[in-house]
Amino acid sequence: MSESRMKGYVRSDGRKGIRNVVAVAYLVECAHHVSRLIVQKSGADDVHLIGFPGCYPNKYSLEMMERLCTHPNVGAVLLVSLGCEGFNREHLRKTILASGRPVQLLVIQQSGGTTRTLNAGLDIVRQMRAELAKQTPVPMALDELVVGTVCGGSDGTSGITANPAVGRCFDWLIENDAACIFEETGELIGCERIMASRAITPALGAEIEACVEKAANYYRIMGYGSFAPGNAEGGLTTLEEKSMGAYSKSGSSPISGLIKPGDVPPRGGLYLLDVVPDGEPRFGFPNISDNAEIVELIACGSHLILFTTGRGSVVGSAISPVIKICANPDTYDRMTDDMDVNAGRILHGAELDEVGREIFDLVQSVAGGALSKSEALGHQEFILTYKQFEPIGPACLPAA
Amino acid sequence: MTQGGHMSTRDDGGKLPPLLLLHPDDNILVARRDITKGERVEIDGESFTMPAAVELGHKLARRALEPDARVLKYGAPIGSMKIAAARGEHVHLHNLRSDYIPSTSRELGADGH
Repeated sequence: MSESRMKGYVRSDGRKGIRNVVAVAYLVECAHHVSRLIVQKSGADDVHLIGFPGCYPNKYSLEMMERLCTHPNVGAVLLVSLGCEGFNREHLRKTILASGRPVQLLVIQQSGGTTRTLNAGLDIVRQMRAELAKQTPVPMALDELVVGTVCGGSDGTSGITANPAVGRCFDWLIENDAACIFEETGELIGCERIMASRAITPALGAEIEACVEKAANYYRIMGYGSFAPGNAEGGLTTLEEKSMGAYSKSGSSPISGLIKPGDVPPRGGLYLLDVVPDGEPRFGFPNISDNAEIVELIACGSHLILFTTGRGSVVGSAISPVIKICANPDTYDRMTDDMDVNAGRILHGAELDEVGREIFDLVQSVAGGALSKSEALGHQEFILTYKQFEPIGPACLPAA
Repeated sequence: MTQGGHMSTRDDGGKLPPLLLLHPDDNILVARRDITKGERVEIDGESFTMPAAVELGHKLARRALEPDARVLKYGAPIGSMKIAAARGEHVHLHNLRSDYIPSTSRELGADGH
């Protein structure tokens, strides 16, 4: 019944997208402004700005851009290069082309500068949108859905209300063979043994424990845990206390796999995303803000994001809708326009299951085209920075 | 208060207890709403007068906590006491430390640097 509400655009790899976005991607900061102008002047809500600011080549960022530009929610891509940067633009263009999507590349130095590139870009985006408008979405089932979850601005209510409510929603999604991803191993420090015990194989459990230990070492070297002053103002005292609250977003399903940014879950189930870089710390903090985590969840194929917040985050994202679940009833009253779900009412006597069900229903209606609050407000934040990863080990994915 | 304090349990008394026990093993309670100084609350069935205000989402000691005591929330350890806390006292950065990575404030970096 509820599944018929969901609809998706079929892509050549068999995945379906719940949105049909034209992505305008800058390939170095020097092409950012021109790209932003193209997006703004297109005047269309379904033209989204993404990009990578660095001039030095980096395997991770190239792979992330490839995953993002061939994400099921993306229908067509305009790449904007300055011309001299180190990004492998031809590799990216060919990957997008091979996915069957319309793709165009503008090189500002060859196009003749800001105004000429802007005008050419606007023409391209107009044609792409006209092309995408001819596509018709088809019904989509829950077992075709990938949902990511993240928390931001956590406080003492997060682990009692919004996070366990998302956990219930995750349990029901996974019962219906959806793939669900939780993340930020640096915010799961202290939960490693409990998580390992939920892994479907002992070898996966060992991988999970090792990746949390990696995160703890990494953050120790950085000198800061993933713990912001607002967390303390909201009543959280320690990193492991925050972790226990964050962990409840994962629900109670067995953990099927451990993936890294850009790895798409091979089938339904619960997956942990390891966001902490491998090797010696080289490029700084693992994820410098919540949107960096959201971008990685999207690169893993997440069609939409469940974002829990206690202090009150307002962010959305490019490419995939963000659903905001507010943990704190006082924050909800202050920031109602930004919040999709008032999970804080659990503190006033509402059932966890009732809120979990509301989130579950909302996932399906947003997957059917309804706009989330952040989406309707035009939030399309995006950030991608340098990182390095080794491929996941053989024990990390469920057997075929 | 409702022992066990599980959030899925509706309080039928009409007035919800201001303190939550998240797990039977916990030695801290969580404020369900802002609680004022001097307000009378119940801790494990006994009436108790709040020595200070505690904000929504913050913790207080369910029983007296000694230095180095492991603090349990959700039935899991969330750190150790730096100094003792009396029953009903606010448990936060001033008396509780992480057993993993020190917490930070805007003024100071990790570990007070």
